[in-house]
Amino acid sequence: MNDFTRSILLFTVLIATVACASWPLGRYMAWSMDPKVCGPRRQRLESFMERLAGRAGRAGQSWKGYALAMLCCNSILFAIGWLVLAFQAELPWNPDHKGALEPSLIFHTIASFVTNTNAQHYSGEVSLSPGAQLGALMWLQFLSAGTGIAALAAVARGLAGRLDMGNFFMDLQRATFLVLLPGALVLAALFVLGGLPMTMSGSANAITLEGVSQGIARGPVAAFVAIKQLGTNGGGYFGANSTHPFENPNFWTNVISMLAILIIPMSSVWMFGRIVQRMNHAKAIYLVMLLLLLGKIGCALWFESQPARAFEGLAGVEQVSRNLEGKELGFGTSGLSGPLWAALTTATSNGSVGAMHDSLNPLTGLVAMVGMWLNATYGGVGVGMINMLLYIVIAVFIAGMMVGRTPEYLNRRIEAREIKLAILATIAHGSITLLGTAIFSATAWGREATSNWGPHGFSQILYEFTSASANNGSGFEGLADNTVPWNIATGVAMLLNRYVPIVVPLAIASSLAAKRPTGQTGGTLSVQDSTFVVILVATILIVGALTFFPAAALGPLAEHFM
Amino acid sequence: MTHPASRRFDPALVRQAVLDAFGKLRPRTMIRNPVMFVVFVGCILTSGLFLRSLVVASDEQPAFIFAVSAWLWFTVLFANFAEAMAEGRGKAQAVALRRTRATTMAKRLAAPQRGAKVEPIDSTDLRVGDFVLVETGDTIPGDGEVVEGVASVNEAAVTGESAPVIRESGGDRSAVTGGTLVISDWVIVRISSNPGETFLDRMISLVEGAERQKTPNEIALSILLSGLTLVFLIVTATLLPYSSFAVDQAGRGAVISMTVLVALLVCLIPTTIGGLLSAIGIAGMDRMIQANVIATSGRAVEAAGDVDVLLLDKTGTITLGNRQATSFVPAPGVTEAELASAAQLASLADETPEGRSIVVLAKERHRLYARDLHDLQGKFVPFSANSRMSGVDIGEERIRKGAVDAMQSWLQSQGGRLPAGVREVAEQVAKQGGTPLVVASGSRALGVIALKDVVKGGIRERFRELRAMGIKTVMITGDNPLTAAAVAAEAGVDDFLAEATPEAKLALIRKYQAGGRLVAMTGDGTNDAPALAQADVAVAMNAGTQAAKEAANLVDLDSNPTKLIETVQIGKQLLMTRGALTTFSLSNDLAKYFAIIPATFAGLYAEPGRKGPLAALDVMQLHSPNSAILSAVIFNALIIIALIPLALRGVSYRPGSAASVLRRNLLIYGLGGVVVPFAGIKLIDLSLVALRLV
Repeated sequence: MNDFTRSILLFTVLIATVACASWPLGRYMAWSMDPKVCGPRRQRLESFMERLAGRAGRAGQSWKGYALAMLCCNSILFAIGWLVLAFQAELPWNPDHKGALEPSLIFHTIASFVTNTNAQHYSGEVSLSPGAQLGALMWLQFLSAGTGIAALAAVARGLAGRLDMGNFFMDLQRATFLVLLPGALVLAALFVLGGLPMTMSGSANAITLEGVSQGIARGPVAAFVAIKQLGTNGGGYFGANSTHPFENPNFWTNVISMLAILIIPMSSVWMFGRIVQRMNHAKAIYLVMLLLLLGKIGCALWFESQPARAFEGLAGVEQVSRNLEGKELGFGTSGLSGPLWAALTTATSNGSVGAMHDSLNPLTGLVAMVGMWLNATYGGVGVGMINMLLYIVIAVFIAGMMVGRTPEYLNRRIEAREIKLAILATIAHGSITLLGTAIFSATAWGREATSNWGPHGFSQILYEFTSASANNGSGFEGLADNTVPWNIATGVAMLLNRYVPIVVPLAIASSLAAKRPTGQTGGTLSVQDSTFVVILVATILIVGALTFFPAAALGPLAEHFM
Repeated sequence: MTHPASRRFDPALVRQAVLDAFGKLRPRTMIRNPVMFVVFVGCILTSGLFLRSLVVASDEQPAFIFAVSAWLWFTVLFANFAEAMAEGRGKAQAVALRRTRATTMAKRLAAPQRGAKVEPIDSTDLRVGDFVLVETGDTIPGDGEVVEGVASVNEAAVTGESAPVIRESGGDRSAVTGGTLVISDWVIVRISSNPGETFLDRMISLVEGAERQKTPNEIALSILLSGLTLVFLIVTATLLPYSSFAVDQAGRGAVISMTVLVALLVCLIPTTIGGLLSAIGIAGMDRMIQANVIATSGRAVEAAGDVDVLLLDKTGTITLGNRQATSFVPAPGVTEAELASAAQLASLADETPEGRSIVVLAKERHRLYARDLHDLQGKFVPFSANSRMSGVDIGEERIRKGAVDAMQSWLQSQGGRLPAGVREVAEQVAKQGGTPLVVASGSRALGVIALKDVVKGGIRERFRELRAMGIKTVMITGDNPLTAAAVAAEAGVDDFLAEATPEAKLALIRKYQAGGRLVAMTGDGTNDAPALAQADVAVAMNAGTQAAKEAANLVDLDSNPTKLIETVQIGKQLLMTRGALTTFSLSNDLAKYFAIIPATFAGLYAEPGRKGPLAALDVMQLHSPNSAILSAVIFNALIIIALIPLALRGVSYRPGSAASVLRRNLLIYGLGGVVVPFAGIKLIDLSLVALRLV
């Protein structure tokens, strides 16, 4: 069995495992977020959370109320996080006496963690104390993921035809306490068993063989990494993220990490299906996401099974293996930690890295970027499904006309307002990526930050903005991005592309809910048959390709054909 | 108004449309279509670049800039031409209509009485509530209601039908339309609309497209297209810094030129659907007019496509409208020929359709040729509400035919009785949806004539198609449930409403609407008005009352109830054409990228004297960068012209389920949209080379 077939086999087992697990978890998530009937136990939990939320948690909210509550809540989280990072030197639990961060870096870091992006222009073990890691970043990984799940629950309620979209404060608690916290506890325990450190003490001191004294950074890593993977956050405890031996020491932690990356985004689709009570529609969506994900994984594994593109044509270099540069070879050469992880982490808006993305072959790097450009092939927790809804609205609008009716989705007519909103969110995602890349590739801010010449340098800039816009957080690395312009520009990109694609679907769902429902007949467009799957896949690919093809041509494609 | 056979490209129309295409180049007109406005701006920009290249030396040949610019102008003109073609037809009809609207003198009455004082007044000075006298030879000065008198009216000006119709006060035939001609007798009309708001005025503005407002779906689609245009604007605009970065890195090569950027932008934005969008809408409206249906708004045409329940009147739509004799069932001891002969004799003087059908059936079955009642010295006994039967007295023989209970009392009065066998037969006929007539001669019952509603040929298949399209058909009839059920089963409708009253109709519509259905119906009487107003798509018969016409959103000038089905298909076809061309337009972009991107960046990062890496994307192997760009632009312009007939005619429409229709359209316009431009661009490139133009 060669490496390629072995990796195919491994990823098949892996995907099949998560897919099976996603069904019961999706059911559990629907029960947590939107129970149809509350049993006595569920009712006790509910009243406990109602007491916690106080008066703000009792009333149902319209889409505006819900969006406002979310934005206010997230602003407060932003402020608290900022204060903790700004005053980490004065705050307790700073065994290694880390100093204050530069303001633009604080802005970037907090924007990054509030928006579930978790791009890191700092290196955890160098810049932050355990107190700051836990006090500013770790709980944001919970709440930002919770915000995503809450938003999806609200959008689903609207699409089910309910004018009362729920209550954000209640939803956030449900997502955090009932879904993320138990999941993270289990996962962290597994990680501790797998050998990840879990300690509150500072760096360990070691005397090397040469007799030099060396500080080895450690901390509450297992807890941090658990929610990092589960909540599609991706912000590692260490700068090297999941390539650091304390975050991902062995084969099993590697496999568990990859399972954890996928599980909640996949389950979100089932949760959506259960809340809108259209499981067949959810199955079609799930299939579309799965097909695109498998396509990306397949491409990544194939492209990366080729010799390193960068070494080709170099005098005196003869390549006999696949591209092994930048990968953890401790887990074997099957490509599990490299291309597979890269495809998964970019398809799900996770952003943790298991290999150096900069070292991937150009086309594998392109696959990673495609994952973020589409950003809905499972996507981030909750928000991946929400992004998919934007594609669905556009697909259903065009296909709906082709069956000779005014387009409708889930028995509600799609009219000017819904299209206006959907196209607005779609434009926001593409244009922020492209404009950001344009500004930085035209100026010294970008041109002097790249560590590579030509198309690869362009890819570095493009990747950074792609990652920020997709709220992914992974980096192509090699880019000198911890500068004021980079921190501010990508920070703003993250904020815009987090909240626009959440608020807009809330508005769409509420506007649909207010309409007179239409009947389902043989003359209406089906959203659960194979034709719908084809249409949706085609829409996603065409919208993505039309927006990003020129940029891809000047970056990875040019590099590949060079 | 007559509709000439479908000559879509009448030379006179084309000539006018070409002129109009240039006339539409005004920025104020252009900005109404954002997609084409972007092209328009591109035209001006490239024209400027061309003029500049004549004076200032640049890397690009002026001939290339000129060619691109010229084809961009063609793109705009072609789109304008499409719209002008669609409008042209309506305009021609409007001119014909306007002729009939010419000012006439009206005879205003001081009071709504024949003898009241008459005051001559210009028809344009009439106001709502005025009473006018219209006599033989007069043109009716405005829309209104007949309050007194009866007259025959020639409505050809509006309906194209020259046979005169009767208009009289009271009842369902009281509405008159301005511009129509009274050809005999007189009527007093109460004017119901002010000048400029009459039915004729509305028709003129509709067919002319002057007051054409975008329909909801058209607005939504325009927003989508504008949004995509904005995306592509950003995509092309950012290419400038991207290419400057690459040139800076490579240290040689040229940054992408403005001409190429504009060309790329125009190729990418959805010009095909953008340019044809309004033509599709106007043509849809026009197709309604061709079917002699006037929509009060474009919205109504669109809504017609969404209908999922059709309420159809039994009479005239599903059945031929009259009961026909279908068989003779003799009483015990009577031959069928004897019964037929008596039945024919009883019906000879009966001029009702039923009576005539009995005569014909007897002739067909028993070779009984019509005898003359005079020769037999018979005396016709006409039907009366009192006796509820009709017949003939020939000498001593008294033949009667009538309903079962009426005949029973007749027989008893003659000293006979109705045999049980005959009664059973009669009940059986009724159970099967027919109407039994008992025939008797004196005190002797001869048997039963079975009359039946005859279902129109082909209607069953029509309903099957509708069912496949997801449309439910409901038959509305005044018949009793038994008869209704039998006709419904024979015609293949999904449901029926028997003993229908206006209230029952209204309740039925509300019930369907509450279940999320869109309901369409036809109606003509004043008592239909509430149901028409409640229905989502309401077709009023032009022969109907003013109230019905006001309540409806479509008016059928032919007053043909079957038109409802056609109306639905026209609505569906309109939406389908929009969807299909949008899909086609967007799928086209793939090939255009593969033409322009490699052409533009073929030299990037190239070793001196060799092709750069992106030349590998040139899958079409086009002749040169300039010819590639030009071919894409030319294709983009020509495809608009090529699709004008499709836009005007609508995509071909075969009734079927949503899934099958969608698969078919996807295959043709989606897959076709991907493949066709690859072939088209390559072909244009080859022609340009063959003609030595590049």
